Order: sequence, then C-alpha cells, then structure tokens
Amino acid sequence: MSASEPLLRVKDLDVSFGGNSVVSGISFTVNPGECLALVGESGSGKSVTARSLLGLAGPGSHVRATALDVAGKDARNFSQRSWRSLRGKEVGFILQDALTSLDPLRTVGKEIDDALRLHSSGSGSQRAARVVELLEAVGLDDPLRRASQRSGELSGGMRQRALIASAIALDPLLIIADEPTTALDATIAASVMDLLGDLRRAGSGMLLISHDLATVASVADSIAVMAAGRIVERGTREQVLNSPQHPYTRALLAAAPAGKPRFTKLSPASTHPKPPPLQPEQATVHQGEEDGVVLPVLSARGLIKNFPLSKTENFRAVHNVNFDLLPGQTLGVVGESGSGKTTTARMALGLLRTDAGTVELLGGPWSQVPESARRSRRSSLGAVYQDPLSSFDPRHSAEAILADALSLGATRNPRAHRQQISELLSLVGLAPDMAQRRPATLSGGQRQRLAIARALAPKPKVLICDEPVSALDVSVQAQVLDLLDELQQRLGLSYLFISHDLAVIRHMSDHVLVMRAGEVVESGTTESVFTAPAHEYTRSLLAAAPPSLSSI
Amino acid sequence: MSTHLAKLPRLLAAALLLFFLLAAIAPNLLAPVDPLAIDPAAAFSAPGPGHLLGTDESGRDIYSRIIHGARSSLLIGAAATAIGLGLALVLGTLAGFGGRWLDFGVGRILEVLFALPGLLLALVFIALAGPGVTTTVIAVGLTSAPGYARMIRAQIIALRSSAMVEAATVLGRRRSRILLVHILPNALAPLAVLATLGLGQAILWAASLSFLGLGSPPPAPEWGTMLSAGRTYLSLAWWMTFFPGLAIVLVAAAATVLSRSMKAGGSR
Repeated sequence: MSASEPLLRVKDLDVSFGGNSVVSGISFTVNPGECLALVGESGSGKSVTARSLLGLAGPGSHVRATALDVAGKDARNFSQRSWRSLRGKEVGFILQDALTSLDPLRTVGKEIDDALRLHSSGSGSQRAARVVELLEAVGLDDPLRRASQRSGELSGGMRQRALIASAIALDPLLIIADEPTTALDATIAASVMDLLGDLRRAGSGMLLISHDLATVASVADSIAVMAAGRIVERGTREQVLNSPQHPYTRALLAAAPAGKPRFTKLSPASTHPKPPPLQPEQATVHQGEEDGVVLPVLSARGLIKNFPLSKTENFRAVHNVNFDLLPGQTLGVVGESGSGKTTTARMALGLLRTDAGTVELLGGPWSQVPESARRSRRSSLGAVYQDPLSSFDPRHSAEAILADALSLGATRNPRAHRQQISELLSLVGLAPDMAQRRPATLSGGQRQRLAIARALAPKPKVLICDEPVSALDVSVQAQVLDLLDELQQRLGLSYLFISHDLAVIRHMSDHVLVMRAGEVVESGTTESVFTAPAHEYTRSLLAAAPPSLSSI
Repeated sequence: MSTHLAKLPRLLAAALLLFFLLAAIAPNLLAPVDPLAIDPAAAFSAPGPGHLLGTDESGRDIYSRIIHGARSSLLIGAAATAIGLGLALVLGTLAGFGGRWLDFGVGRILEVLFALPGLLLALVFIALAGPGVTTTVIAVGLTSAPGYARMIRAQIIALRSSAMVEAATVLGRRRSRILLVHILPNALAPLAVLATLGLGQAILWAASLSFLGLGSPPPAPEWGTMLSAGRTYLSLAWWMTFFPGLAIVLVAAAATVLSRSMKAGGSR
C-alpha cells in the first residue's frame, strides 16, 4: 500500500447491541504517523469504537459501516481468522489494565514471544533477542531480567510498558491504545505518554482513546470528541482545545480543574433548584476562634504507621506526618499511590491505630482514646470515599441510609425524618424521587452526592474526602467539586482532601501536603507549593502533570 | 427461543417442589386413600389402575404412602437445615466477629467435625442419643452445620473490613449494631442459595438414616423407611423400592436445580 493511503478509514460506523445503538454514524481516518485522539466520557461509545476496529466488539454486537478499512484492508466482512491475522501483526492494541491483560502465570518474555511466534518465523533465540530488544525499546531497565519475570512482579508502569512492548512486537502500522495511562500514577503516566509519542514519531499511526482531554493533548495531532455514540466535534488539537465549537466540548474543557482558581464554578449552572437557605446557626460556623487565635479543627503530630511485612521487616506506610486543618479551610494531601495518603486518612478517622503520634479533633484527644470515647464525637467528623457504592449497605434505599445517618443509627424508617431527608437531598442536588432508589441504581455522580449527604447528616465540622472524584467522569467530577466548594462556603466545613490529581488539589485546597513514601516532603499554602515548589519531588510531580489546557 | 428452553428445568423443578409441598400440607387432597389401611388380599399388587404405584406387602397403597410421607420427609429436611443454619450462624459469627481466640477455637471444632464423614457423624450422634425422628433431625442438622459455619465466617470476615462497615464506624455505630444491621443480613443472603441445596441433601440423609432403621419407626409412611421395607422384596415387587426412591431423587434434584438457577440469577 502507498504511504499516502490512510491506515484507518472509518465511514458511518454503527454499532448496536440488541437493537440499542451505542455508536452511530461516526467517521474518521488515521494516516501513517498521525495520532487521532478519541475523547469522551464513560458511555460515549469510544471503547466500543476501538474494539469494533479490531473485530472485538463482543457477542451480541452488530457492526455496520459504509467503509471500514483497517491497514488497507476492507474489514467489513472479515472472518475471525482474518481478524486474528490482523491483530497483533498490523494493529497493536494497548489496554488500560495491564494487570488483567497479561497472564499472571507466564513470564513477560513469553507473553511478548507469543505475538512473535504466531505471526513471524524466526528461531527461538532470534525471538528471545527480539523480546529483550523490545523491552529495552519501551524503556524497561534490565530487560533480560524483566523478560523472565511475571506480571505480578512488575509495577503498574512497568506492566504497561511490557504490554506496549507486546503490542509493538511486530512493528504494527497502527496502534490502538484504550486509556493507556488511566490506571497509572502521574509521573509514570507522563513517561508512558512520552513513549507513545516516540512510537508515533517513528511512523506508526495511532488511535488514542481517553476520557481526559489533558492527557491526550501532548500526543494527539487531532482530536475527536465523542458523546452519546456520536462525534460531536473534531479538529486539530489547537482548534479543539483553543476554540471549541460544540457546547459539550466547551463544558468538558471548563470541567477540567487545572488552572482554575479556588471556588471557580467548573460545571455549567446547575439545573436543579437552589437549595433553601439554611438556618443561621448552621451558616455561621466559627470553630475554635479564641482571642483571635484560630485553633485547628483537626491536627496530627508525628503520625507513624508501620505494617509488618515479615517477622523482621516492616513497611513504613506513614512516617512522622504533621498537619493542622484550620476551620473552614481545605487541606489538600497529594501523592502517588503508596505514598501513605489513605493510611493517614484512616488514622485521622480513628479507623487505624497509630504506632506513634497523636491526632486531635476539635482540640480534644482523638487517636489516643478508645472507640467508645470517640463514638459520641463521631458526628463532628464525616468521610467521603472514592467508591461510594461499596460504602453503602446494598439492601438499603437512599432514604433509609439518610434516616440512619440523621437518627444517629436509631432508625432506618424514613418517615420520622421526611423533612430533613428532603432538605439533605436538595442540599446535594439530588431530585426528591431519588429517595426510594437503592445506591446500585444511581449513577456514579449521584452515588457520590448521596455519600456526601450521608456524611453531612450528623452536621459534621470536618469532612475527610479520600479521592472523592477519582472514579468520576470529568464533567461529573466538576459538579461534585462545585458541590463540595458550595457546601464549604455555606456550612463552614473543613476538608481534609486527598487526591492523586494535582489539578484537583490545586483547585480545592488552601494548604497542601505533598507526600511520598509515607513522608511529607513539602507543605505550605497552595500558591507557594505550586508556584515555587521547594522539593525536588514536588517539581517532578508538577512536571509530570498534563499541561493546563489553556496553555496549549 | 433459547431462553424458554433454558427456563424449562427451573420451571419443572419449581412445579415438582410445589407438588410435594402441597402433598406435605394437604396429603388427603392428592391421595384420599389411608396410607396405613391394610388390605392383605391386594398385597404386592403391581402398579395399575386400582393402585397407581402398586401396593406393599400388607396391601397398603404406595402412592398414598409416598404422598403422606412427603410431610415427614420435607419437614425433616427443612428442620434439619434450619438447625444446621442456626448452629452455623452462632459458630460462624463467633469465629468471624469474636476475635482471634474464638476464631481459633471454633475453627478447630469445625475441623474436627469436618474430619468425620457426614453420615458417620450422624450415626455417632444417634448411637449416643438413641434413634427417632427428633434425633435424626438433630443429627442431620449437626452434620450440615460445619459447612454453613465456614461460609458464614468467611462472609463475615470479608464484610468486617468492607467499606460499608467502615462507613458505619465513621458514623459512630456500635459494633453490635453494625453486626446486626449490616454484616449478618448481607452474610446470610448468599446462604439462602446454599440452604436450598442443603435441603435436598438433608432429605437424602434423613432418608438414609431411616433406611438404616434409625429414623421413623416402620409403619409410618416415610420415604427412607419405605425404601428399607421394600428392599426385602426387591425381586418380587420392585415398585415398593423404586417409587419412594424416585420421590427422594426428585425432591433432592429439584432443590438442587432451583438453587443452581438462584445462584446463576444472583451472579448475573
């Protein structure tokens, strides 16, 4: 095929499952050396599109298109056999979750060798040499040793690199990557993105699927924005990011918290009616102000937690962490996975005994007293988690959950608290008819709103939010962040806000702690940490973050 | 099309269980003939128009005896399963929620119970307590308890560290309330499936014990007892053994099929 021919030509692609249209009438092309990013939120049909291009749309799917040329071949009436010869050889496929994509019982080298063995001739030693070459090419140190390790022995970033190595083993013309960095820490995601950029420059065509505009901005030449199975906007990277035409693209860009000052609304004006004004006693909360000195509502001194790995070895989860959370303010805790953020939060919540150090809540002892002494004061400390669904009893309805929280556990009968339940629902922007629903039937954003409503029910002073928006789509994330902002201003709440996402932390926090390997490496006001980072690690974190979209 | 075919075993199983349930509740409705009425003249009649499933050595109607025997067989099965579950609930909760030493202690007791084959355990118990319907029920219940107890313990331990329980702790709930409101109901839900499966097993065991002469005393219509009585005349009157055996197999199989489909439905 000639160099000018597109690697991927899709025209009027329709995919439906049992009569339900999931993708309708989308068209795009990818030329050699070009990278197209398909961006959309969950349910937009972007992953189904990617899978259809590989004949992997799944059982029950019905794929139709006026043109579906993959690597120069008309793939519309491909048999399973023709698809198999296409996959791996001419098209490389990279998935989000490298842990489940790699066989845990086989070595990484064997996994990569598979692709080579199936599609090419060559002796075992030639292939072994190629495996090592590939692992080196994707930037794994000590490739010889890596080839003999199993996926469980590799870190998340290394695994994703190994998966990329197997996808590019046969020098495919086209690489399709479905959320390749979503499960990775920021610094690792940045390096994987760099690797994909290198591959593209080496001449491969690339289709990059992501939920996050900022992630693809560094690599993609052109961007297609998908919503509800259609491409709503497409153009060059600059066009889409700088002068978005479609309202949905504009909302997506506005929803990204990167570079937006505190208390800026991220979501379009909410459609639900404004909650009724609160009673004055709730609106004016001035905790711990004594003679002009502001006392912290939650403070930690010298927190230490070790987890035993073996009889002699300990894992240092948290080491000497200090912080003060001031009334009405947000303390952001940022760090990569394994940095001890959640362990710190669990100690602050009194769920985990500290090995050393103390936590004080509203000036009184907290971590050092038994649970029976904490119980009566638990109402002043609430928590919001990353996965709200698992934090609800699946058998209870939303109103039963709220009644339980309002009555401090005395009853789950919503009748006694009808008024307060509807107030809470409207406070967090949930429609009244959600009351009878069970959490499992709510959407991700609605679940998190319900979780926030439950946390607010006992009228807490402090909320500990552990990755509260990490599992949410960008636009839903924006709504939840706006809600948290609004509640803080109206109720005078203090937040201990944990996130791996620098942009979210910067948008939400007054003060920031940067954690790495259980230690606080830097702390200060948000402005000083982000504009003048003092520690090496903070600087590398900031450098790894996807660029703020407005700066492109 | 295929979904209708897939539903067929489930519907059949449900219909069978309903039939035997009706037999247990109102046997006279299905079989007006007295199951104990002897008619020596008609002894060993083959299945036919007069006696649908034939008669036994005293001329008692086998069909009537099977229908009237459903009550004791199902009751024994249900009661034994209930006893097994109840005992398991206590043991499993103690092990799962009572702390390290209780877990250790209960774990060892369960291991000892597991080490003995189920029927042997039941026989040992009956040898100590004497034969009879009540002892059979308790023996079968005792035998099924360790399996359930392990399940409940595993469920409780998994739930104990769940985000749901953590959230309840953060809201200031007491341990006892968390156990009653959140842990036990959620731990028991998957057990309902297992209990249906266990029901068939319990009926089988109870029939086995009756067959050995350790359950219901002979004249009473009980499937295992009937099986045992018919054994002597197997070459002469196969129907005396075959039909009670068929009833046992059908109920146990129906319970199994139903529990399987419940399990499949639950995991969907």
